Amino acid sequence: MSETRLETQALSRQFGALRAVQEINFKLDAGARHALIGPNGAGKTTFINLLTGVVPPSQGRVLLGGRDITATTQAERVKLGIARTFQINRLFRGLSVLENVCMAVTERVGAAGSMIYPAGRRTDVIDESMELLQTLKLADIARHRISELPYGRQRLVELAITIGLKPDVLLLDEPAAGVPSAESHIILDAVERLPAHIAVLIIEHDMDVVFRFAKRVTVMVSGAIFAEGTPREIEANPQVREVYLGQAGHA
Amino acid sequence: MDLVANIAGIVLGGLSAGTVLFIVSVGLSVTMGLMGFVNLAHGSFAMFGGYIIVLAMNRAHIGFVPALALGFIATAALSVVLERLLYRRLYRAGELDQVLFTIGLIFIFIAVTIIVVGPESQTLQLPPALSGQLNLGFLQYRTYSIFLIVIGFLIGIGISLAFERTRIGAQIRATVDNRRMAESLGIDVDRLFTITFAFGSGMAGLGGGLGAEFLGLDPQYALKYLVYFLIVVSVGGLGSVIGVYYAALLLGVLDFVLKLYLPVGGTIFIYALTILLLLLRPQGLFGGKET
Amino acid sequence: MSDAAAAKPMTEATASAAHPAARVLMRRHRVRWWEFIPWLAAIALYFAFPHYLGFGSELLITVLFALSLDLALGYAGIITLGHAAFFGTGAYTVGMLAYYGIWTEPIGGLLLAAVAAGVIGFASGLVLLRTKGLTLLMLTLCVTALLEQGANMTRGITGGFDGLNFTIAPVFGLFEFNPLFANTQYLYTLGVLLVCFAFVRTLVYSPFGQSLTGIRENILRMHAIGSPVRHRLIICYTVSAALAGIAGGLSAQTNDYVNLATLSLDRSATVLIVLILGGYGRLYGAFIGAVVYLVLEHFLAQVYPTAWQLGLGLLLVLIALFARNGILGLGETLWRRYEARRAAS
Repeated sequence: MSETRLETQALSRQFGALRAVQEINFKLDAGARHALIGPNGAGKTTFINLLTGVVPPSQGRVLLGGRDITATTQAERVKLGIARTFQINRLFRGLSVLENVCMAVTERVGAAGSMIYPAGRRTDVIDESMELLQTLKLADIARHRISELPYGRQRLVELAITIGLKPDVLLLDEPAAGVPSAESHIILDAVERLPAHIAVLIIEHDMDVVFRFAKRVTVMVSGAIFAEGTPREIEANPQVREVYLGQAGHA
Repeated sequence: MDLVANIAGIVLGGLSAGTVLFIVSVGLSVTMGLMGFVNLAHGSFAMFGGYIIVLAMNRAHIGFVPALALGFIATAALSVVLERLLYRRLYRAGELDQVLFTIGLIFIFIAVTIIVVGPESQTLQLPPALSGQLNLGFLQYRTYSIFLIVIGFLIGIGISLAFERTRIGAQIRATVDNRRMAESLGIDVDRLFTITFAFGSGMAGLGGGLGAEFLGLDPQYALKYLVYFLIVVSVGGLGSVIGVYYAALLLGVLDFVLKLYLPVGGTIFIYALTILLLLLRPQGLFGGKET
Repeated sequence: MSDAAAAKPMTEATASAAHPAARVLMRRHRVRWWEFIPWLAAIALYFAFPHYLGFGSELLITVLFALSLDLALGYAGIITLGHAAFFGTGAYTVGMLAYYGIWTEPIGGLLLAAVAAGVIGFASGLVLLRTKGLTLLMLTLCVTALLEQGANMTRGITGGFDGLNFTIAPVFGLFEFNPLFANTQYLYTLGVLLVCFAFVRTLVYSPFGQSLTGIRENILRMHAIGSPVRHRLIICYTVSAALAGIAGGLSAQTNDYVNLATLSLDRSATVLIVLILGGYGRLYGAFIGAVVYLVLEHFLAQVYPTAWQLGLGLLLVLIALFARNGILGLGETLWRRYEARRAAS
């Protein structure tokens, strides 16, 4: 039984004369493994920004678990269960890996507002964060500061923070972008091992990754949905191939 | 008739003070909008130029117009030196470092001024052509004040036109709007900033000299008027010449009126109004993107 | 999505205690041996320099003021040149209550000062913290100037430029403030500082304090993990204001005097310099900065005021360019180099 976890209705966003996102009707079910692809400038990141509340829509609605969240702030939406990673890392560079993840977990369990007892006493938070790091094979560098780590590991921490928020809906904006190919498998492994019930939407350019990971694919072009289907269907679609002329394809 | 003359007199007084604020602050607004650098020491450049102008006239007996030119050029030159040597290192730095650096500069300027010239305030000797009164029909008013208002208006128009019509103006506008895009179009942003900074500081120096009678000219100048310059720039909207113009005139008139009728603590209304205005419109009256 | 499992008992040893990274976090708040040094030094000063206790009180008050600024600036990243607004509010609260005979008892006076300053902090925080950068800085200046002009305008009540002279009742009804021998003032101020410091230290190591660091380090990421950033900033600013108010109240009490200078730009700029000099975001930067600044000022500013200003300006420029983390920051860098060299050999 799959229920719709995330839905948009006629979601649009203009920047002056530029129609960045046009009338998107989109659904994401529980347990989904959904890829969003499209040429550069198609509006994919803007779409994610609309879903997460970073940017308000010009028209349309966003619904999470059936509830209209269009008017809520980014932070409120995280509390409601939708989290994302950024294309360019947003980490606490001066803090350690463990501290980065603890920050997210502390926030999630609602402890972050407490002023009276030391943070070090919340061993539940620290334990959970350490476990998460162990699952993602980051435990050996838990103490290192982000600024000291190679880019691939930093990207993995970005993912760890987001997983630590225990979202129902997870939006990944090119999780392996900028990561040297020798390290990208770590990230993709982690993405594959995400809990089954989470609805995952991943923006990707690499068709190998799309094939490996996604059960459904949406193609976005010029701010609108161009095509939708299984990876095979999309790959066989001649119009999609045309749009991707010059882009890396699946041989 | 008397009432009209009275009101006109007050308004004109406020407008001349406001014009001085405009001439001094326009450079700060543009460089702030262009580079996002918090230059609290902008007032020190105004003071420096003012001293050059006044001392050139009083001690070296240089004429009014040559002294103004000297003030502009000397301040611009000084700003280029400081920009290349020091300011440049802090463009990528955080706001706190910029604040500390420019406060330090203010202190240095104050101390050097006291050591070289002395702590007394300086007065500008007006050339005979601009002293005395002008007959406006319904009112006799100080020639110099009218002169200032007219000059300020012309400068405002001049700078606006320069922004709209010249190539360098277009480059500045493009860089304010989107710096990365401008760089990828081949605009030499570093050089642009040095030129703009020099021009803005020169303007400030000019304003410091021209306005010596309204804002005074003493070593504490930069600190005395720090809040006012910042208010003018923020309320006007960073990078907007027309915004600075209106904000400066408004502040000038308000300050003049309040100091006249509520000399003790009257300026409280200026601060309250500023807070209110920025609450309702954080980007300023004519500001572009929301910060 | 909320975590159903309740928090485990807080002090039990847990599996992750084996991991060094976790241990660091769990132990961070523990008091280290050298943290007693400033307090021992303060007590030593009482016995070693009995004639300098007036200066000593001023020093302790500056530490508290700088500490309050550190909360807002060093931990939450709110860059303000307007902290004198809260200092002055606290000072005037104590001063006016004492002058008009409404309240002369010192500790209650400090609490009232904290509340008054906290209210101003909360109200201005609501407004100001919607903005950032130059606009925020300018608004902090505006709020202080507004209060200063307000005090000036109502000089009938506030004493205006000349200020108010008043007397404070003895502490606990027993220990009198003696203007000639500042023993009571000093110990009283030291006690208040200790209590406030304990509070700030607890706050800084709490989850709330941690989230402030997060806000300072990467505010966008904080939004993206669901943190109510604005709430946190306003609370932080309010607490910071209340503490600054206590510092102002102490100043009024130990001097039996308050005037417009407590609301001046000069006061805000000085406390900023003190904090930066010592090192912000490091709790003890306030102590070091206050000592170094006030001692230098005491000896240099009276004799060569212009040279002092020049030197101060140069120092600020150098700090901005090369040593943005102040004395403690320099110390940390040197320590790290020393440790690296030790590890290498």
